[in-house]
Amino acid sequence: MGNPTLSWNPIEDVHELLSYQFMVNALQAGTIVAVMAGVVGWFVVLRRQSFAAHTTAMMSFPGASGAALFGLPSTLGYYLACGVAALAIGRSGGAGRRGRSGESAAVGVVQVAGLALGFLFLSLYSGVLEQLETLLFGTFLGIDRNQVLTLAIVAILVLAALILLGRPLLLCSLDPEAARARGLPVGFIDVGFLLIIGLTVAATSQITGALLVFALLIAPAAAAQALTPRPALSLALSVVFALLVMWLGLGISYFSIYPLGFFVTSVGFGLFVAAKLVRRVGVARRRPQSPESSPAAVMA
Amino acid sequence: MFAHEFIRNAYLAGTFVALACGFVGWFAVLRGQVFAGDALGHMAFVGAIAAAVIGVEVRVGLFALTLGLAAVMAGLGRRAQADDVTIGVVFSWVLGIGVLLIALLSSGSSGGDGLIVANTLFGSIFGLDAGQSFVAAAIGLAVVLAATAIARPLLFASLDGELAALHGVPVRALGLALLLLIGAVTAEGTQAIGALLVLGLIAAPAGAALRLTSRPYAGMALSAAIALAAMWGGIALSYAIPSLPPSTAIIGLAVGAYALASLVSNIAVWPLPGKLRDRGSMSEVRSP
Repeated sequence: MGNPTLSWNPIEDVHELLSYQFMVNALQAGTIVAVMAGVVGWFVVLRRQSFAAHTTAMMSFPGASGAALFGLPSTLGYYLACGVAALAIGRSGGAGRRGRSGESAAVGVVQVAGLALGFLFLSLYSGVLEQLETLLFGTFLGIDRNQVLTLAIVAILVLAALILLGRPLLLCSLDPEAARARGLPVGFIDVGFLLIIGLTVAATSQITGALLVFALLIAPAAAAQALTPRPALSLALSVVFALLVMWLGLGISYFSIYPLGFFVTSVGFGLFVAAKLVRRVGVARRRPQSPESSPAAVMA
Repeated sequence: MFAHEFIRNAYLAGTFVALACGFVGWFAVLRGQVFAGDALGHMAFVGAIAAAVIGVEVRVGLFALTLGLAAVMAGLGRRAQADDVTIGVVFSWVLGIGVLLIALLSSGSSGGDGLIVANTLFGSIFGLDAGQSFVAAAIGLAVVLAATAIARPLLFASLDGELAALHGVPVRALGLALLLLIGAVTAEGTQAIGALLVLGLIAAPAGAALRLTSRPYAGMALSAAIALAAMWGGIALSYAIPSLPPSTAIIGLAVGAYALASLVSNIAVWPLPGKLRDRGSMSEVRSP
């Protein structure tokens, strides 16, 4: 391939980038994942379930090592492990409601249990998991058509589920008591959303790696919600930001010798900080006029 | 068993790190800050890598970064409790830098990077020499003593921040202090026993203790005791069964204690201390 160099002509650069099949695959996979992460992440930020999402992402490790031990394809292991973790978190009372201390212990316990299990699998298997770095930090090389297809199917499933669950989920997230009063099966929806997190995280971590999922899942959504309290707008913004993070990350990474994970997280972080700054400036300017508390604070 | 030096070292380091984790963990769980502890643990390894890149001693990098980040987290939140979104974003950014550092460090060596990560995550309590175990024990003890010193005001601040502030309790400073203690025990623990084990000993024993009793001091003691029991039992088990890694054994016991406590308490949510445990009203909050 030679060392791709930035030619300062964006059109030419993009053209060169797109002439390689692996980059096209990476972009397709990345776009699918970014849209999914942008939408699901919006709810994760709203429901304050970042820890649960992180824990679920870490389950890719026992998933991969378990798959190696039992001779399953590692992708299957990922999805299974993330699904099981989602259910375990739900069962242990870690689902949904904000800030109750018991649930953070529960999620932490699920995480260490999963990781310890993964370590056990690893030592039973051979002690060496070759793709450990890819597992944790992701890659955009070597993504094939099958992966893109699988990701597309998972994304369609997830987005369809969210279209169905969208409104009830929103109500459960903002006001569980009112939801219950309306007869919504809150517990069921909570576990259902955890499973959605599981699927999304398993898919996203194939590109960003388990440790860097937040760059796509949390940062864009958090930035969006910091900028506007209006749900539909911040949801759309969340997807746009996620796409931005992914495309910029992939684009820069193509021309650089440094890893994708670094660029994706840096762009994500930069976006988040920028949004917070904009919000701060906006609030400061509004303060003399309106005494009411900023509606954006609700979404904080 | 004790004839072997590596076992003695494991017990020495393990004892004090476990006590520190159990004690500090009780507050972490009480305040819902387990994620902060987890994030600090993962970020700790970036500190180790940075130290290797810059060329300073590993422990310096570990502590500098972990304590620095603990302070940042304290600064970013109200009552010095950073919200989970901020923790998550900072965490992924720091890890992204870690990825870059690994690339800079290895540039060419294959598999070495995975090894660094694996070692930091899982550690090796059986691989400690006398000097390392002594340092770990000393730091663990220091954390326990510091936590004991601030336990009372911290408890007040954690249970009712506004009231405590009105009484002149330095709520923010205590919050920062706790995060720093979590950072310290995480940084040292990661070196000695691995980040995985540290998280497990922070979350599980405290979680178990909080399900079993709402009395604070009893809970703190119970949490430390469970952590200690898991550590001692785990080391012994792992020694007896060679194919069982020590971290798995210790975690297994800690998680088992938590599961047992959950069964025994038979409540899906953690009741607020100060309120009587009213199982009748708890059951309606429980998810179907």
